[in-house]
Amino acid sequence: MSPPLLVLADASVRFGTVEALRGVNLKLRRGERLALVGANGSGKTTLLRLLHGLVSCSSGARVMQGGGAAPVVAMLFQRPFVLSLSVRQNLIVALWLRGLPRAERSARAADALHRVGLEGLAARPARELSGGQQQRLALARAWALRPDLLLLDEPTASLDPSAKREVESLIEAIAAEGVTLVMSTHNLGQAKRLAGRVACLEAGRLVVDLPVAEFFTSTLPPAAAQFLKGELPWA
Amino acid sequence: MNTIADSLGLAAGLIVSFDAALWRIVGLSLRVSGTACVLGAIAGLLLGTWLAVARFRGLGVLVWALNTLLALPSVVVGLLVYLLLSRAGPLGPLGILFTPTAMVIAQSILVVPLIAALSRRLVLDALRDGGDQLQSMGATPLQAGAVLLVHGRFAVLTILLTAFGRAIAEVGAVMIVGGNIDGVTRVMTTAIALETSKGDLPLALALGIVLLGVVGLVNLAVGAMQLRSPLAREALV
Amino acid sequence: MNHALRRALNAVLVAVGLAIAGAAAAQQRFIVMASTTSTEQSGLFGHLLPLFKQASGIDVRVVAVGTGQALDMARRGDADVVFVHDTVAEEKFVADGFSRRRLPVMFNDFVLIGPAADPARARGLEIAAALGKVAAAGAAFISRGDKSGTHAAELRLWEQARIDLAAARPAGYRECGCGMGPALNMASSTNAYLLADRGTWLSFKNRGELKVLVEGDKALFNQYGVMVVDSARHPHVKQVLAQAFADWLTSPAGQTAIAAYKIGGEQLFFPDATASGRARGGKRAEVARP
Repeated sequence: MSPPLLVLADASVRFGTVEALRGVNLKLRRGERLALVGANGSGKTTLLRLLHGLVSCSSGARVMQGGGAAPVVAMLFQRPFVLSLSVRQNLIVALWLRGLPRAERSARAADALHRVGLEGLAARPARELSGGQQQRLALARAWALRPDLLLLDEPTASLDPSAKREVESLIEAIAAEGVTLVMSTHNLGQAKRLAGRVACLEAGRLVVDLPVAEFFTSTLPPAAAQFLKGELPWA
Repeated sequence: MNTIADSLGLAAGLIVSFDAALWRIVGLSLRVSGTACVLGAIAGLLLGTWLAVARFRGLGVLVWALNTLLALPSVVVGLLVYLLLSRAGPLGPLGILFTPTAMVIAQSILVVPLIAALSRRLVLDALRDGGDQLQSMGATPLQAGAVLLVHGRFAVLTILLTAFGRAIAEVGAVMIVGGNIDGVTRVMTTAIALETSKGDLPLALALGIVLLGVVGLVNLAVGAMQLRSPLAREALV
Repeated sequence: MNHALRRALNAVLVAVGLAIAGAAAAQQRFIVMASTTSTEQSGLFGHLLPLFKQASGIDVRVVAVGTGQALDMARRGDADVVFVHDTVAEEKFVADGFSRRRLPVMFNDFVLIGPAADPARARGLEIAAALGKVAAAGAAFISRGDKSGTHAAELRLWEQARIDLAAARPAGYRECGCGMGPALNMASSTNAYLLADRGTWLSFKNRGELKVLVEGDKALFNQYGVMVVDSARHPHVKQVLAQAFADWLTSPAGQTAIAAYKIGGEQLFFPDATASGRARGGKRAEVARP
């Protein structure tokens, strides 16, 4: 079993009077690919942000594991936010925000653009790109940081089928390099294709947490089962 | 409407004849208001961005104060700066009352609330779209603000042009702190005010037309600069 | 990005520094004179000051405001010399210690302006009687209402006409709180009566149907005085340069220049600096041309 990367111990997150996550227990290991499923408002986005560290627990704990440097985390959102600069400049800005020196910024940007197949569009205004291309830019932005953990919040939800396939294969390639993946999705087929483990959230609680093979064959708690039924047909 | 027809003719005549006194006044107007906008931009963009990203008690009060200052009459600013720079006032020893420097100071103060309020709105709206992403990329609040200002640079340019318009068109502040001294602190607007009070309305209106023409040229230059960049062209759509 | 920002900031700081230095460098031979809008608008300074500059090499920077504001400016030390036309206020200024002495320079006169149709039948009367007629007719009358020398003179004339503005304000009396030019504009567009100084009237271009209805009455004479701000009160005042100006104004050269100023062939200002006045003013400082 690979070493644990991040542990959530009975973590709750509250925004004002709303409890977005309740008592979540989760152990994330290096190299794992976890899919998060659940209805809208079940807390998937909050859980991702908690894993990133963008929000903190109002009770319980979020603990980084292992020695050495803090893990580098990158995140993708459903609608990619790109700056009104060129494609390449978007990457440079992301790398600048992480404090990398100029020469390295240049090198990593070129490398990342090549990996996602956008080097031909490097000088184009990023806002002119299609949805799929912008999401690939977001992936390049994340990849350039050499992340330990990549979080994705429904990354292909607003894309057409061919763009979906492109982005999925890039996510697959990133995961293959050993990057830990946590991805929320409504698309069960996607969960089946990309994940090694599936967790289901309902009203802020983690109600199911199983390896992918078991998830789709076991008897599930009624709420989760209902959710699954509602989601078929498969993508 | 005779006055207006007379004025158009006068304005054309003034421009064509290259009247030295007129162009000195125009030059001073541009220098004073231009410098004021640069200084106001530095302070205003910083203030606006900070107000957009800051989180603390009493922020609401500051924003309320800022929005209220948008209605600050230029003559009140002039009066306050006059009291500050007067020999009887705290900064008297500097001896900059009735000089262009005093006019720059007054106009800078005038445009800062405008630039701050508008840039705050700009950054706030942009944060709604990209705040999460920038935060996840490790940006501190001020870094996020700065990046979003660059992201919205064409809107920022419009804000600055608005501020420039406010500065170059105002008369209350520069009249009081500059004194409308012939050859030293007389600018377009104070010249117009003077000619109006002398009853020379056609000349006053002609000067007004020249002023608009000059600002129009500035805007043309800015627009041309924008069109050269493909990113700008895309933003114009 | 940091680099570009730093360069921009540097440029701005240099520019501001230059601006301030420029202002400082121009601290050469100039003085600031607080005077009134009516005097400036008469064009007198455009005629007089270049002559003074030629004679002495000193620039006079005129800030033209109302008499009240001019004296206030001088009290604060924002002007080196004051040149207004309100003897009572000037004498108080000296009494309060802001200037050592007041030198009479010249006088001009006020005129009663009104619509050519003259509904109040004021034409040709003495000013007190004329004002009485204006009040009785309830005709429109514009007052500057701005504590200027002209306004002070106007109030004194109403007193002489035995009309109490506070108790029994005439029906058409309007205060604009404005300078001579704007008041004339207002009178012109509403066909109203008003008291104006001849200088501003002669150079006023927007007359409409207005004409001079009353002039020449002794009561309408308007005395101008010059005062150098006392450096004992405000140490930074350019005493020597300002005194040179006051001396020149009251010298034969200056007085001749004043008399020489004409609009449409008409002399506006009548020099009346007396020899004894100058003597009281003290020894004239010699100012060498650089």
